[in-house]
Amino acid sequence: MMVPLSYYLMLSGFLFACGVIGFLIKRNIITIFMSIELMLNGVNLSFVAFAAQWHALSGQVFVFFVMVVAAAEAAVGLAIIIAVYRTRETLNVDRVNLLKL
Amino acid sequence: MTLVSTIAHYLPALLAQAQAFQSPPLADYIRVLPELILTIFGMVIMLVDPLLDPESSHQSLGTIALVGALAALASTYWMAQYPGTAFTNMIRVEPFSVFFHVLIIAIAAVSILSSFEYLKVQRIRAGEYYGLILFGTVGMCLMSSAIELVLIFIALEISSISTYILAGFRRHNATSSESSLKYFLLGSFATAFFLYGVALIFGATGSTNLDAINQALNSGNASVPMLAYVATALMFVGLGFKVASAPFHVWTPDVYEGAPAPVVGLMSTGPKAAAFAVLLRVLFEARAPGYFWLLWVSAALSMTIGNVCALVQDNVKRLLAYSSIAHAGYLLVAFAAQPELGTSAAMFYTAAYAAMNVGAFAIVSHLAAADERYVTIEDYAGLGRKSPMLAATFTFFLMSLIGIPITGGFFAKFYVLSAALKSNLVGLSIILVLNSAVGAYYYLRIIVLMYMRDARGEVPVTRLSLTAALAISVCVVLTLFLGVVPGRVLDYAALSGAQLVRDTASPPVLEGSESMQP
Repeated sequence: MMVPLSYYLMLSGFLFACGVIGFLIKRNIITIFMSIELMLNGVNLSFVAFAAQWHALSGQVFVFFVMVVAAAEAAVGLAIIIAVYRTRETLNVDRVNLLKL
Repeated sequence: MTLVSTIAHYLPALLAQAQAFQSPPLADYIRVLPELILTIFGMVIMLVDPLLDPESSHQSLGTIALVGALAALASTYWMAQYPGTAFTNMIRVEPFSVFFHVLIIAIAAVSILSSFEYLKVQRIRAGEYYGLILFGTVGMCLMSSAIELVLIFIALEISSISTYILAGFRRHNATSSESSLKYFLLGSFATAFFLYGVALIFGATGSTNLDAINQALNSGNASVPMLAYVATALMFVGLGFKVASAPFHVWTPDVYEGAPAPVVGLMSTGPKAAAFAVLLRVLFEARAPGYFWLLWVSAALSMTIGNVCALVQDNVKRLLAYSSIAHAGYLLVAFAAQPELGTSAAMFYTAAYAAMNVGAFAIVSHLAAADERYVTIEDYAGLGRKSPMLAATFTFFLMSLIGIPITGGFFAKFYVLSAALKSNLVGLSIILVLNSAVGAYYYLRIIVLMYMRDARGEVPVTRLSLTAALAISVCVVLTLFLGVVPGRVLDYAALSGAQLVRDTASPPVLEGSESMQP
């Protein structure tokens, strides 16, 4: 039995929304960062689903690029988080507040 | 023995495959020549860096970076001789992309020039710094010539990741790493939105090539799917973050305050120009549907929020950050106008804004001194007497930001306004004019402080180094050039804008698009 496309899209939208909500309400920097990864993976799911629908390989190739870029971003992001931790000794965004938002 | 026989067995098949693979023609490589040169010089810097004495490597590494940027700038001339698409419809060289290449590489070159003195004063390691500027420039250049959303996404990330690191370069300083963190988190958040937009437009049209998307959406017979509207909105959210337009602007003042001043000069102009180029391509080349009201609201909000918040700032970098939000708003007015008129006005505006803003930040980074201690408006009091030349130059840049005649800022605003009025955007034009009046106040406040207030003794004003003076004079000359004889630049912008818009009016037959849908 084929799973219809809309199921995949709903799941991907749900994952993306979870990521957005996590980004907005979580206070730990690492968790916020994981929420962003969740958003990217939600997008990946819809890429794959659309690629299957259109029978186009480019959608699946796009997913690989997204994963590579996400890995590069993670490397830089964790380095920045370490730099912040060294100067502030906290990973709570509410206490990283030298610059007024 | 068995290994040799195995190789002998598979060799013919491998050779046949290698022959079947057609390597791209040489012209394709010339079409990305500036990017290639920048990448090579960036790698050379990274390789040479460990071999040099860290105390004295600033000068030599900076010179290599500058030579690289100038070589890339020169190579754009050669690139312009080969218009057309390259690498199976991945990028397209046309006057539009040449314009942005020249602009972005020039911004990078001037930023490198103004970094010489800054790096020495702040004791920042130069190798990675210059390398990252060049790599970031590669990403921005690719953004302006890419016509494939995959490549646009990768180029966007190359430029963003480089600027995330550059923002945190004073890493022992808590404000700098904090600004880097905020930029990183909000930037990746925005990228995810952009990516979701790309996924949905892929779902709506079955392609990620801008021309193919245009064909699928605007072929006339089929109605535009709902998905495409959502996709446009999501991509606009992502790019709106990158260009710092309201309501996606909250990161801007914090990041600009904490990041090193020459880097702010770069990232308030370079990635922004590139993101505007992408926005122009997505909106007018791919003809994404339903963008008008998004642009209208975002432009009005950016202008108002930027100018009103700038009124109460007492940190010069924060003030210029809010001013950059306001200028993004002025630019979006041009986007909301008719494509034929708005495109050239927007392109001219990015050029004029780059000239004046890089110059202003070059002066701010000179005056900031070690640890960026002197960046409040009060520190600028009495500058007119302490250093008349510097004060006069800063005044000139501020005048241009206000939009006073004989500066580039005047014509930039003038063309945006005339494009808006010709497109019957009366409401938006009124908001623009009112905001320009509000904006004049806080720029004038700095000028008044510089000339009419007594100096505070403790703020030192050191002599301008040769490189910083050169960087600032280049900006002055360009701002003046755009303000006195804007004709040539404007003609070129009009030509490339017309080509961008006309190309989409009658979508060309795509040679490579069959491979997308087997």
